[in-house]
Formats: sequence, structure tokens, C-alpha cells
Amino acid sequence: MTHVLEPDALPGATPAVHAPLPPYDDVTRSDAAFRAFLHGLPGVDQVGAEARAAQLGTRSIKTTSKAWAIDTAISMVDLTTLEGADTPGKVRSLAAKARQPDPSDPSCPQVAAVCVYGDLAGVAREALEGTGIHVAAVATAFPSGRASRSVKIADVRDAVDNGADEIDMVIDRGAFLTGRYLDVYEEIVAVKEACGDAHLKVILETGELKTLDNVRRASWIAMLAGGDFIKTSTGKVTPAATLPVGLVMLEAVRDFRIATGRQIGFKPAGGIKTTKDAVKHLVMINETAGPDWLDPDWFRFGASSLLNDLLLQRQKLRTGHYSGPDYVTVD
Amino acid sequence: MTTPARPTPVFEYAPAPESRSIVDIAPSYGLFVDGEFVDGTGEPFKTVNPATEEVLTEVSTASEADVDRAVRAARRAFEKVWGPMRPADRGKYLFRIARLLQERAREFAVLESLDNGKPIRESRDVDVPLAAAHFFYHAGWADKLEHAGLGPAPKPLGVAGQVIPWNFPLLMLAWKVAPALATGNTVVLKPAETTPLTALLFAEVCRQADLPAGVVNIVTGAGDTGRAVVEHGDVDKVAFTGSTDVGRSIARAVAGTRKKLTLELGGKAANIVFDDAPVDQAVEGIVQGIFFNQGHVCCAGSRLLVQESIHDEVIASLQRRIGTLRVGDPLDKNTDIGAINSAEQLARIRELSDIGEAEGAQRWQPACELPARGYWFPPTVFTDVSPAHRIARDEVFGPVLSVLTFRTPDEAVAKANNSTYGLSAGIWSEKGSRILKIADQLRAGVVWANTFNKFDPTSPFGGYKQSGYGREGGRHGLAAYLKGADQ
Amino acid sequence: MIGNDRLAVRKTYKLYVNGAFPRSESGRTYEVTDAKGHFLANISRASRKDARDAVVAARAAFPKWSGATAYNRGQVLYRVAEVMEGRHVQFCEEVAAGEGLSSSKARAAVDAAIDRWVWYAGWTDKLASVLGGANPVAGPYFDFSLPEPTGVVAVLAPQQSSLLGLVSVLAPVLATGCTAVVVTSEERPIPAVTLGEVLATSDVPGGVVNLLTGAAEELGPWLAEHADVDAIDLTGAPTGRAMEFEREAAGTIKRVVRPPATEPDWTADPGLSRMTPFLETKTVWHPMGV
Repeated sequence: MTHVLEPDALPGATPAVHAPLPPYDDVTRSDAAFRAFLHGLPGVDQVGAEARAAQLGTRSIKTTSKAWAIDTAISMVDLTTLEGADTPGKVRSLAAKARQPDPSDPSCPQVAAVCVYGDLAGVAREALEGTGIHVAAVATAFPSGRASRSVKIADVRDAVDNGADEIDMVIDRGAFLTGRYLDVYEEIVAVKEACGDAHLKVILETGELKTLDNVRRASWIAMLAGGDFIKTSTGKVTPAATLPVGLVMLEAVRDFRIATGRQIGFKPAGGIKTTKDAVKHLVMINETAGPDWLDPDWFRFGASSLLNDLLLQRQKLRTGHYSGPDYVTVD
Repeated sequence: MTTPARPTPVFEYAPAPESRSIVDIAPSYGLFVDGEFVDGTGEPFKTVNPATEEVLTEVSTASEADVDRAVRAARRAFEKVWGPMRPADRGKYLFRIARLLQERAREFAVLESLDNGKPIRESRDVDVPLAAAHFFYHAGWADKLEHAGLGPAPKPLGVAGQVIPWNFPLLMLAWKVAPALATGNTVVLKPAETTPLTALLFAEVCRQADLPAGVVNIVTGAGDTGRAVVEHGDVDKVAFTGSTDVGRSIARAVAGTRKKLTLELGGKAANIVFDDAPVDQAVEGIVQGIFFNQGHVCCAGSRLLVQESIHDEVIASLQRRIGTLRVGDPLDKNTDIGAINSAEQLARIRELSDIGEAEGAQRWQPACELPARGYWFPPTVFTDVSPAHRIARDEVFGPVLSVLTFRTPDEAVAKANNSTYGLSAGIWSEKGSRILKIADQLRAGVVWANTFNKFDPTSPFGGYKQSGYGREGGRHGLAAYLKGADQ
Repeated sequence: MIGNDRLAVRKTYKLYVNGAFPRSESGRTYEVTDAKGHFLANISRASRKDARDAVVAARAAFPKWSGATAYNRGQVLYRVAEVMEGRHVQFCEEVAAGEGLSSSKARAAVDAAIDRWVWYAGWTDKLASVLGGANPVAGPYFDFSLPEPTGVVAVLAPQQSSLLGLVSVLAPVLATGCTAVVVTSEERPIPAVTLGEVLATSDVPGGVVNLLTGAAEELGPWLAEHADVDAIDLTGAPTGRAMEFEREAAGTIKRVVRPPATEPDWTADPGLSRMTPFLETKTVWHPMGV
């Protein structure tokens, strides 16, 4: 009899609910196989990754490039409010800003999406009707993700039913950190199924994963499970969207497309507050994943205060003098 | 309501030139001897901006008589001022110089990029800050030499004759001048013929710091001037960084004399990438290893040794990355690769690359537009290189990478060590014990594991075999400038 | 030997190369006399080809010798001193005859030679701590420097001090982990031959030390020019030839120890000065990250 190292791989074992894209269609056949695959991904040297990210941060983006970058960044913003104190009024106000970020300048692009809790997705949907702006809702017991799977699935369905066309889920970091990678994977698969036509962004909460090796592995789990976007953070944990984390995730989406042909989007969220930060991210996309990702379909900024800084900088470029907080709207 | 059109997804970086107005280049320069700028008696020469071929200025050539004057000034300063000075005060002068380098950093960076052709990003972020760091580091040694483990009462040698290359003009000056002065010696330094300007600006800094006359003397010129410095009978110490050929002739010239000699010469470093490497960082390290400073680096990782099992993946990744390198105007802050330093060096790079192709290696270069004027060579990768090819053995000193493969660690070490050079090497692997073993087996003075081309004033640098002898930097570097120092 | 009619067994003095005692491939020998000019022995006169063979042996022995633990090298070298001690009387007779010393002076020289050997044996496992260390670089890197042996060292041994001088130039080379090709004192080679016998019967691997009796004048240029020799000690270079040898050594950037103006007092504390020229400093960088 052949010695079988992985009993789960035998015919008759429960088939995975979703097979990843070739050439990775067998890597989720068992816990052991999945673990071997994820730990077989090339390691990430933290110091090298940080040095590369810092080097990209020294690019000098001026004049026409800066104008282009600011407009591009505005068009990529997922304008976000995720507070316990959120109300329909607050969401409507945010939606108004999303449609017309700078009331003094109609040439200003609108943002990509408004991102809210699932119960307010309907308010956002109504307020954004006809704009083409997406409604993103966080779900799956955001931000901790600590709920049973059925609750998480119900959370997703509710948000989709309320009109969200994008779902931002959180992975089970507890499961990830104890090495139950297949559980993390299967949960994403289940959430993706519950999303229906809605796009799925998978939040890794990299601030809790701690190492860049973990960021790479979690990125691959999310991509293999069918996530449409991988996203750094909830915004509730520090550090959030750092440049080195972004670099590793951009390398992941780049490598995944090379291997499978499928393009996955990337969304850094949390901690990106200034135009300078945003431009650094755009440079990093440009030189890591490539220009194909320089599009709101493939790249988003999860942010709230960033938008006003982009607008101030935009006004400065237009008028030639510095602007001030009274010249942009509070939301 | 009209929805504004989405911006097109093309991210062009507009030119971001560093302003040239901060430097003020005089129409001509003299030598710096005994605290004064004086005309040399040799035939003056022109220094050009290699990115444009524009003549920047005319510089004096120091004749043998001029060099003699400089050595005599250095001797006087050694005997009358610098030698007897309290060590703590010597240190203070060095601290002053370090601060002035920082204060005038932008000026030095722009001038270096103009004269040398290197990208402003590197002169600004590497050359100038490291030069200042070298002065800071050695300033602190000046009054602590008896604690350096180099004997109970270490004494300076006297006058140091120093000859430096064109690849890191200011930084190499700092590597030479800072330890010499900290240990109580005075110096006569000859910068390279194609890059004299930052050394002359440094002379101005010496004056600004009120450094006593004659402690630092700068004599400009070509090979003859260098020879006069090295062969001068009253020089006690010769320090040279440059080609192995010139190093040989210097070693011959000082044979039989009392002169202490240190040589930092050529290299053909192996950069070894194992199949368990952190691939993205390895690719960065390969790029940093060979394209930093246009590959005009003695410790450049010019021989990539990649494990056969990941060869294709690494090369594809490397080519993609090289495609993002920006070649062009050295003063543009977004330039990654600047100009080749001289027409002569460009000719050598072209010649060796052509030989590489003729010998059967595959040349790859990214699509990249080179400026019409100036000296340019695109980043270049040769695959299918065999250890017998000249591009696997000779130092190209340009942005040209030769890729070889190996199957086992033993083979990697054997190929890496199969060189008459032994300056530096790289190892990329996630396995700690393997790194330590391979580092132990490599016959090279600097081993970068999971990094490359890192420098620090505290870290001794120098070669094995025909890459030279003596170390620069750290406690070890002091020994080269002290009498009877054991190491 | 009055009162003893036994016919003495005379010794044939040979080279010590690669752990064996060959005659010179040239077949040449020369006469060695004592300080008063009386015949002592016929000695092999090594040729350039013997030097070549010695370099090959030294190179072959280098990986194992340099790769041994410092503790092991120390043990092996200490064992040499033990065996030397056993030949104490013989060394004294040879030194006295060759150098024309009184027996008490010869004895002092032999004592000092053995003690010097012990001193160097104790250095093997201290060099890295004394000469190496961590470098506090301004970045997230662990950076350390360690001394490593340079490789094959050619040694022109002192012409006057036939044992203490020889030990003073040979033992430091071995302590660093280098291997040696030694040209012994031309006129006073006999203690060196005996030392070869000591080495052969101790635990020093063959090829680590190669002793060539003969003329530094003749062998010096070949060793100075030899591309597979990493360093050369010119201490025993014939008067007026050191500069030429140094020039020849420049061809392959050899590390060179210049000869002193006159032969030094070998009893003086040598410090590290005879080890550091044969040590390279290797600096290793590694990032520190999680």
C-alpha cells in the first residue's frame, strides 16, 4: 500500500468548497498542504522591504505629475466613516462630499466609494443613486471579526441587501496566528459566496499580523479564496497602512496575476492622511505592481481626512497660494 | 451634472531637477597648498560634466615641484602644529569639518553630481552624509587612540600621500583624510583627474574651519601628479584607492622604502542568490549591487550567482525591476542611473560588453532612451555567462551584470572564490546557518548577507587577494596611520 | 669519541615538504659548518621546483588548517612545543654549534624558542576576540568583523637566529591559521631540519609547514613572484635583495613584511606584530528584522 502522508488528500475526503485558480488549484487540499504552500512563499526581509519602500518614498513628484497624482488619488478614495456615532445624517453628508469633493471647483473628480457600516449602506445607496459612486460596507463582525461564521455571513447578506455593492470583510486573525490557514481561507470563500455580485475586499489587519511574512501569506490566502481586493487594515489598529506593508501586498497582487492571470485590487486603509502619503502610495503602485493598478477599479485609499488634504493641495496647485481648512468642507 | 473624466492611468514623473544655482564654479582652480589656493605649474586641464560634456572649469596640474611644496607644507604642519596639538583639539577641528559638510551638504551633492555624473539622489543620500559621518566618527577617535587596542601610546606616521578615484570623490576623500588627521598625520591628497571639484570645495571647508595651514593639501592632476605624491621621499604613508594595475605599480614604487602602504583596489564580487532567498529583496539587492553609482563601484556585485532552480524567476523579476530604473539627468531627483564618468570609461564598458556578446553571452537591456549628449550606458544584464568569459572575470566598472548559475552551496562558493579579486560578496538566503557558513568560506573582505553595498564609518572595509590590503573604517582603519600599530 | 669505537650513524639532512622528507628534486646538497668552520653536515639545497611543490602542499593544506577550530589549532601547536621539549638537548647542541654560542646561551635560546611556541599556541583562540568585534553601524544591521588567515605565507627565516628566530617567524604564521613555506637560514639550517622532524611527529598536518633548506637568494624571487602565495615575510632576505623581492611581490599584491635593518633581538616581546600582517579582516553585514 502506498504510504499516504496526507490523509485529507485521499479521494473521498470532503472536497474544498472552492478550488483556487490554477496553478494553485491543489494547494488547499489539506491543512498540511496549504501550510506547506504558504510557508514556501519566498520570505520577506523586513529591513530590505522597508529600505525599498523608503526609497520609493523619495521620488519627487512635482507640477504636472503632482496634479495628475492628486486627481487620481481623489478618484481612488473610499470616503469612510466607521464610528459608533454614525447616523443617516452623517452618511448623507459624506455622500454629498463624495459626489462633489470641492464645491468651489466642478472639475474636481468624485471619489470612488463611500464606506460605512452595513446598517447604513441603504442610506448611502440612496444618497449616491446615479453617481456611479460605489457603496462599500464593512461586515463580518468588523473590526474584530470575533463572531461565529453564521453571524458574519448574516452580516454580509444584510449589507448587500441594504445596497452595498462592495463588502470589506476582516479575516479571522486568531485563526491565522494559530496556523489554521484553511479556516481563514474557507471563511473568505463563504463570505465571497454570500456577497453575490458585490465586490469583496479582504482586510488582513496587518497591524495584528506583525510580520511581513505573515502579510504575504495572508495576502495569498485572500487572493486564492477569491477576494477581489486585498486591504491592509480596519483603521482601528495601529500601525495600519504602512508603506512596507503596501509594498509586500503589491508584490503579492503582481505575482498572483503573473501566475494565474487574475488581477486583484489593493486598498491601503488607515493612517494615510496627507497628499504626500497618497503620492508615495501611487509611486509604489506604479513601480511595484505597475500602471495597470493605477485605476480606481484596482486601487483604493481607505481614508477620511486624506480627502481634505488632497483638496487643499489641489487648490494650492490651481491658485498658486496655500489654502486653509476653512476652504474645504467638514463632514 | 457631468462626471469629470477619470485621469488616464499613466504616471509620468515630471522633471524634478535639483537647482544648480547653489554651486558657484569658478572659471579656474588652483592647488590647495599650505592653506592657500595657488596656481600649479603643470599644464592645466579641463573637467567636464559627463552628462552633457560641458566644460565645468579648468584645474591646475601639480608638477613635481608643486607636489614637493605641498609635502614640505605638510611636513611643517606635522612638526610645528598638528603633531604637537592637543589630541582633543585635533578632534574639534574634525568635528567642525563634519558640521560644515552637513551645512553645505546640498552644495557638495550638486557639485559632485555635476562633476561625476552620479544621480543627485545618491550624492545627496549616500556620498555626502557618509562623508560627514566619517569625519564625525574619526573626530571622536582623535583623543582616544590609546584606548584603541593599537598599543599604549600610538604615534602618527607623519605625512600621508593619498590618491583617490573618481567614483566617490568626496567620500573617498573622507575615507582617507578623516583617519589620517584623527591619528595626527597631515595629508597631501590627489583627487582623480576627472573629478577634482568637491576636493577643492573641501579645501574651502578646511579654511572655513580654520584648519591650520598645511594640514590638508590638495594637489590636482593626472597620473604624473599621483606618481609624484607616491614617490616623494618625504612621504611616510601612502594610501591608494583605484585600479589593481595602478595599485601594483604603487606597491612597486614604495618597495624598499619606509612608507606604510594601504591599497583598496578592484573587485569582481559574487552576489549569491540561493533558492530560499527573500526574492523581492534579493532583486533589490542585485539592482543596488550593480547599478548603484552606474556600477562604478569597486565592491559592485557584478557577478550574480543564482541557484539554477530559481534562475528564470529571478531573471524575470530582475528584468521587470530594471525596467523601472530611470536613466538620465543626474540632477533630476528621480534619476536612478546617471552618466558614465568619462569617455574613456564608457569605451571600456562598451568594449567589455561587446566581448561578452562575442564570447556567447546573451545581452539584455531595457528599452530606455539615453540623452543625446554626454556619456551613457544603459543598465545591462548578461545571461548564459560562463566563468571563462571575460565579463565574468574582468572588472567592468559599469552598469553591467553577468549572470552565472550554481546547483549546490559548494559550487556557489567555488565559483565565487574563483577570482583574483576578493573585495566583497553577497549572500541571499533565509537560512541563518547557511549564511554564516558561506560567509565564512568566501574569500572576501566584506560580505553582505541579505543586503548589499552598505557602508558605515564604524565598519572596516577592504579586500583579500588582489583587491588590496589594509582596512578603512572602524578601529582597524586607524592602524594604517599609526606607527608600530599591531594591526 | 674517545673511549668509544662505535662508528657513528650519520644523518642525511633533507627538506620537509607536504609532511614528508624528500631530497631536493635537483639532487643538490651543500656543506654546512659550525661557527668555527668545521664540517657539520651535507644539507639539501632546495630548488625553485621544490619551492613550487612546497607552495602546492601549503595551498592544499590551507582549507583544513584554517578551517580547524581555534582551540584545535592551539592544541596542535602546543603539542609541537611538547615534542620540542623532548628534543631540548639536541636543539641546544645544534644551536650552540651553528651559532657558536656557549651552552648556557644556546640553552637560553632554545628555552625562549619553546616558550615562544607555547605563547603563540595560546593565541589561536584569542585573536578573534582581540582583533574582531561588532561594529555599531547606523542602521538596522548586525555588523561584525573577524580576522581570517590570509592563506599561504612564504617566510624567509632569519639568517642568524637559527631556532629562536625561526620559531619567532613561523609560529605566528601558524597561529593565525595560515600555512607556510619557509626558507631556512642558509648557513645554520640544522635546527630547522630538526624542527621539521618535530613537526612530522606531532599533530601538525602535512603541508601546513614546509621547510626548504637552501639559499633565500635563490628561492626568494620565485616565492615573491609566485601567484599562489598570499604573503611574504622578507625578514631573512639577503642584504640588498629585499627591495627587489618586495617589487616582485607587488605583482600579485602580496602582503609583505619588510626586513628590519639588522636582525632584531628575538627575545623581545613580539606583540601581535607578526600575526596581523597575515590576517585579513572580514566584515559581515546582516539585517535585523522580524
